[in-house]
Amino acid sequence: MTELTLVQAVNRGLLEAMRADPDVLVLGEDIGVNGGVFRATEGLYKEFGADRVIDTPLSETGIVGTAIGMALYGLKPVAEIQFLDFIYPAFDQIVSELAKFRYRSGGQFPCHVVIRTPYGGGIKGGLYHSQSTEAYFCHTAGLKVAIPATPADAKGLLLTAIHDEDPVIFLEPKRIYRAVTGEVPDGDTRVPFGVARTVREGTDVSIFAYGAMIPPTTDAAALLEKDGISAEVIDLRTLVPLDERAILASVEKTGRAVVVHEAARFCGFGGELAALLAEKAFYSLKAPIARVTGYDTPFPYALENLYLPNAETIAHAARATARAA
Amino acid sequence: MADSTASKAPAPVPSGDGAPLSHEQRLEAYRQMVLARVTDERCLALQRQGRIGFYAPLIGQEAAQVGAALALRDEDWAFPAYRELAFALTRGVPLQEIIDQLFGNGRDLIKGRQMPNHFGFRDQHFVVASSPIGTQITQAVGAAMAAQRRHDRIATIAFFGDGATSSNDFHAGLNFAGVFRAPTIFFCQNNEWAISLPREKQTRSATLAEKASAYGFSGVVVDGNELGAVYAAVREARARAVRGDGPTLIEAQVYRLGPHSTSDDPRRYRTDAEVEAARRNDPVLRLQKELTEEHVVDASSDQKIWEAARAQLAAAIDSAEKAAPLAPTSFLEDVFAAPTPRLAEERAAFEGLVRDGVIHP
Repeated sequence: MTELTLVQAVNRGLLEAMRADPDVLVLGEDIGVNGGVFRATEGLYKEFGADRVIDTPLSETGIVGTAIGMALYGLKPVAEIQFLDFIYPAFDQIVSELAKFRYRSGGQFPCHVVIRTPYGGGIKGGLYHSQSTEAYFCHTAGLKVAIPATPADAKGLLLTAIHDEDPVIFLEPKRIYRAVTGEVPDGDTRVPFGVARTVREGTDVSIFAYGAMIPPTTDAAALLEKDGISAEVIDLRTLVPLDERAILASVEKTGRAVVVHEAARFCGFGGELAALLAEKAFYSLKAPIARVTGYDTPFPYALENLYLPNAETIAHAARATARAA
Repeated sequence: MADSTASKAPAPVPSGDGAPLSHEQRLEAYRQMVLARVTDERCLALQRQGRIGFYAPLIGQEAAQVGAALALRDEDWAFPAYRELAFALTRGVPLQEIIDQLFGNGRDLIKGRQMPNHFGFRDQHFVVASSPIGTQITQAVGAAMAAQRRHDRIATIAFFGDGATSSNDFHAGLNFAGVFRAPTIFFCQNNEWAISLPREKQTRSATLAEKASAYGFSGVVVDGNELGAVYAAVREARARAVRGDGPTLIEAQVYRLGPHSTSDDPRRYRTDAEVEAARRNDPVLRLQKELTEEHVVDASSDQKIWEAARAQLAAAIDSAEKAAPLAPTSFLEDVFAAPTPRLAEERAAFEGLVRDGVIHP
């Protein structure tokens, strides 16, 4: 075990995967000599050189398009997009190409690319360094979507992503890149996809969250405890595949559900969770499902703290849900 | 004062490298071109009869595709657009596999997942096509970069048309290839029309090939109706690529003698007179004339080549129409390597609807 920040754990995962398998390589903007703008690839260039740590020209469609070609040829590319907000020039390559290669070729050309990218607000990044648009990718068949919330999961889920056979969008909560430290197991300790993590057990209300929303949700559970409300906090870890069993089991126990994400509410991932519970846990529900989310506005700069869910707003919604008749 | 002459234009690619095609090779090329031509004619009819859903003819581009295929090796990788039927045939893809894809039957290698012409053939390193324009260009560069890293002496070839030179991926792909000296051949079949948009409205550049100079490598224009010229240009580009000297852009000038696809009516935007004029350069007829003058074929043997192609095609169509259909649940497969619980649930629900008689496959 080693004590690491979340971004250090990402770095450790890349390092170990590259040491173990010469087919693994990384590519992206400013990731080589500079070690990445968040230092996620620090030291890799020195150890593996320019052939496996590729500083690319400034073109997201170039990064993802070439990563696809590398994967088709048999390598295991891990592409970095500097911010999720800048991924859209590559959207065509991701949703029209990467997601569909296996399907559209009848299984002849599977295409395994991992795309790592920092996402989310709370860093004073404004419109274009803050967004949480995971739902776009969840909506596209053929992509897996993983979002770690702890250093151990950052490494463990990343190793699973790199060894998976399918394309993975790996969203890293940059707000807690350094705010969170934790014990990270040494070696190839993979965290499986589709298995949610129970952050905290509870009996009165279930709160579902992921990524950078886990710390405020955990804080909200502590606030609720003072009010005599026992909240269960579930970290989804991967949105595709989704651990429906854990979600349903929790709500069957508590009868009450709150969904938290920082993405905008309308057509956000919380809508899918609410629909899942309405379809499959309707008779367990004792209260309406609540959503605590970002607003249906573009992401604001100066007032981002008012936009983002926090422990108080999460606790407020959970309190109302827990006390609803 | 800025020095506007600082960037030196790359030297033009000399045409011809090594031996020209032998009589036997040209005769075989002609057979492939004839097979592609009769397939084109027949498939347009099949679409009108409602027997296949769609077709994108390649008429006018046979020499460009066959010439390119002859210049490559089996280990090279091709990233096609959606008109590369003659290339696929010359690459060794059995006609039957192509026809099965057009019909989307139970033998279709891509399992009926895509419209006709969007082939993919793993055994021939013929990467499955898609409809978005230009996306295969960066992918071809990525595969070339992978080959570099494995020290495989191969080239990749990206097929695209004049319209794709306006796409994001054209710029990104050529730029990456220039920076990384990727062993990629950018093979542009400039057929003068991107659906309804003529070449001169696509770009102000005098040629498409000259765009390569902005990316720091050579571009060359070849007569795409001349089998030998295309062969020589691709052979030279391949030699350069595997030598480690980087990419080449080849502009094969051809003419789209047919519609963009069976959904297109070219009379809305171009005259019959223009098409008739272009027919004088028909690459199949040109090679036919050359082979006749060289006494490689005569009227009788030529007729046999056309009859053999028609017979082979008729048999393939007959077989495709008699093949078993796709399994109804097959559309639910190959999303991931293994189905997620959700996909498994959706499949079970679909099977339930079939069992209950709500859906009639």
